[in-house]
Amino acid sequence: MTTRPWQLPRSLHPGAWWLWAIGLATAASRTTNPLLLLLILAVTGYVVVSRRTDAPWARAYGFYLRMGLVVIAIRVVFATLFGAPMPGQVLVQLPEVQLPEWAAGVRLGGDVTAPALVMAVYAGLQLATMLTCVGAANALANPKRLLQSLPGALYEVGVAVVVALSFSPQLVEAVTRVRAARRLRGRPDRGLKGLRGVAMPVLESALERSVELAAAMDARGFGRTSGQRSTRRSSGLLTSAGLLGVCVGVYGLLDASSPPLLGAPLLGVGIVLAVAGLAVGGRRATRTRYRPDPWVGPEWLVAGCGFVAAATVLTVASSGGADALVPAATGAPPLPVLPALGVLVAILPAWLAPTTTRRAPATASPEQAPAATRFEEVA
Amino acid sequence: MSDIPAIRFEDVSVRYPGSDHPVLSHVQLDVPEGELCLVVGRTGSGKSTLLKAVNGLVPHFTGGLLSGRVTVAGRDTRNHPPRDLADVVGYVGQDPLATFVTDVVEEELAYGMESQGLAGDVMRRRVEEVLDVLGMAAVRNRPLVSLSAGQQQRVAIGSVLAAHPRILVLDEPTSALDPSAAEEVLALLQRLVHDLGLTVLMAEHRLERVVQYADRVVLLPGNGRPLVVGEPRVVLADAPVAPPVIELGRLAGWSPLPLSVRDARRQAGELREQVAQALGPQPPAAALRPAYDPLVAVRGLVVRYGATVALRAVDLAVGRGEVVALMGRNGAGKSTLLAALVGMTRPAAGSVAVDGAAPHELKPRDLVRHVGLVPQEPGDLLYADTVGDECRQADHDADAPAGTAGDLLDRLAPGIHPDIHPRDLSEGQRLSLALAVVLAGRPPLVLLDEPTRGLDYTGKAALVRTLRDLAAAGHAVVLATHDVELAAALADRTVVLAGGEVVSDGPTRDVVMSSPAFAPQVAKILAPASVLTVDEVARLLQEAG
Repeated sequence: MTTRPWQLPRSLHPGAWWLWAIGLATAASRTTNPLLLLLILAVTGYVVVSRRTDAPWARAYGFYLRMGLVVIAIRVVFATLFGAPMPGQVLVQLPEVQLPEWAAGVRLGGDVTAPALVMAVYAGLQLATMLTCVGAANALANPKRLLQSLPGALYEVGVAVVVALSFSPQLVEAVTRVRAARRLRGRPDRGLKGLRGVAMPVLESALERSVELAAAMDARGFGRTSGQRSTRRSSGLLTSAGLLGVCVGVYGLLDASSPPLLGAPLLGVGIVLAVAGLAVGGRRATRTRYRPDPWVGPEWLVAGCGFVAAATVLTVASSGGADALVPAATGAPPLPVLPALGVLVAILPAWLAPTTTRRAPATASPEQAPAATRFEEVA
Repeated sequence: MSDIPAIRFEDVSVRYPGSDHPVLSHVQLDVPEGELCLVVGRTGSGKSTLLKAVNGLVPHFTGGLLSGRVTVAGRDTRNHPPRDLADVVGYVGQDPLATFVTDVVEEELAYGMESQGLAGDVMRRRVEEVLDVLGMAAVRNRPLVSLSAGQQQRVAIGSVLAAHPRILVLDEPTSALDPSAAEEVLALLQRLVHDLGLTVLMAEHRLERVVQYADRVVLLPGNGRPLVVGEPRVVLADAPVAPPVIELGRLAGWSPLPLSVRDARRQAGELREQVAQALGPQPPAAALRPAYDPLVAVRGLVVRYGATVALRAVDLAVGRGEVVALMGRNGAGKSTLLAALVGMTRPAAGSVAVDGAAPHELKPRDLVRHVGLVPQEPGDLLYADTVGDECRQADHDADAPAGTAGDLLDRLAPGIHPDIHPRDLSEGQRLSLALAVVLAGRPPLVLLDEPTRGLDYTGKAALVRTLRDLAAAGHAVVLATHDVELAAALADRTVVLAGGEVVSDGPTRDVVMSSPAFAPQVAKILAPASVLTVDEVARLLQEAG
């Protein structure tokens, strides 16, 4: 078998990873079955471990996992303190606080039952799983390259985000510099009084920097366009209407109680409108992209795996399989076979995606210490 | 198209809003294709305005009123904003880091081309070419912030080169660089001019670094007087700004004037003999070192930022009345040492004592009476809306009698109106104001970080006089600088740092004479006689009659 060029080690299109993760997160949003949720967690964990790079953002997964644990803990604490009473075995009896009449409906303390606790853990686990899916996408996809893959019409937005990202370290640097200068003048560099004296110069220098950057970008050809005003207006209108449709459609799709017309159909219309708007707007920009990430076989497969996971869970949920997806608080939860198989498909990217290279920017070599260089400018 | 000049200024005047006199008035200038043209003039004479007018940043970006007409490769900047000129003019500013849009070398090189909509395969090819021209293929995937200052400036130049402009405009490209990094950048520019036939228009304060490469010099006399344009040796023969090599040539009456050390050495045979005779047998400079009353004692100082060791076991002693220059490449630890002396960084090991106190343990109010630092950007020290307010606040901060800072300022830079905003001062005036503010506390130790950035020769001479007076009055002065001419003219002692360690510490004369990178031009011309400045030569000749 010959190796195709796209099978060589490279980084997968960041959009593919995001679609895959969104698919899994959608699946998680429709079930509180702990077996299914743990399966999703295991799938994301395995794929992240086998396909992440050594870039700084690749460490995001562990951070999101820890955040998930915090979410579960908070959920449990809230359920014990404020949860609505649920019949079942009483585990602990907390003293119940009598609230005044205007706070009727809020319960503080009281009996903590096993079903209430189990439901809280299930719900917390669901949220934690969805968070972890986002964490997996963050760990696998280079955030900068994702912004660069935005369609032409959204290019300006992407640039604004990138500039803002690089701006925050500069702001920190400016604060250090101004605080040092205040100390040099014999003034307090801490406390409220110190803060006021620092804010103005920092903002001034931030403004100066952004003007300088804007001039530099303009001098290098940023913002060359070839279109007229009318295309710009129609593109804006189409995109906004489309995005609105997408928002409402997603809501309809995720909220089981909303009318079916509000779900998939509206989402479809929204997507069509938005894509049309972006296409019209994209024609206006004369920009090209340097070494864009290709969208070929593996990208389709990875995104498709996420789609399969979401589709199986959604299908089962809408065709009467809800009992297994949202199990009762008592007894062992059943394992719904079809959704579980669907989620298992999403582990395939661990082999389908090309192996990663070290194309992520190398860290600074020790002899060129960035901290020291930065300080040279600060002091 | 060959007879159209690359850049043409026709009767161009520029006036900024709120200013009563024009920055440029009735400028006539043609820069032909393939020329390296150097723009010189005093601070505030309009060099930057002239350069920014070439790609339309003036007035499209800066505001102000431009009359007359600027044409670049046949395009009128009146109806071509900077972005529409990006394919013919590449503009590189002083601080590359402030102009980077992306964060990786390769992407930064491609950014301009992306904006101009070049095809993918063209971009790919040109990025590879530019990486070779810059000699930076090995660092193509590195984050920009991890590069050295010289590499960053080369990336900035490369990033505009990749778009294949016919004209390169550079505003003080080497002013923030140490001598060897500046050399690196200038060598690149010269190669570009020769190999690619690029037209280059460049402003630079440190003429000694660039004048030998220039085909023509444009002198901006300032105050709206007409430009002087011509051969470097003709224009600089009586310009208010001139590098030491030309001043030496003027003093010795050489004709034609030398532009480089090489030219000068070939004419200097006679002068060398005269100087050697006047000097007589020289005792080693170390033996001449006067005994100073010790003020600063740094012992085994270690400073670290996380895993990075910025200073490792540094020892330094400075006496009252002594002027010490700290030199070394960007990132060698010069600023960190100054920061430690002023108590902004805590030693990880070792000790710092200024006048018996550890600066990092002093409260800000007490600190100002022990040590003062003028930072690289003197404006950081200034907050008030007027110069007068600034001086009053300085008196208050330092518990000095009213009028102290004002009097000091009057002595350092006479004639500054107290109602003016500090931002509207020239670089030299702003430096003087910051110095006056610092000196209000009468600190026995005065530190300056890179004080000559943006100062012209006249401003530098004034600074040298000021600091000499301070030293004579018993202040110890420590300055971090890349400017070898300044160190030669001012410092009794030079300390060279590398990688956070002191690699040489001795009388300036001995240190700079022993290193080609740090030797001032006069020393190179008159070697082996150990003379560092033109003033010194003049004095020797006078003494000899």
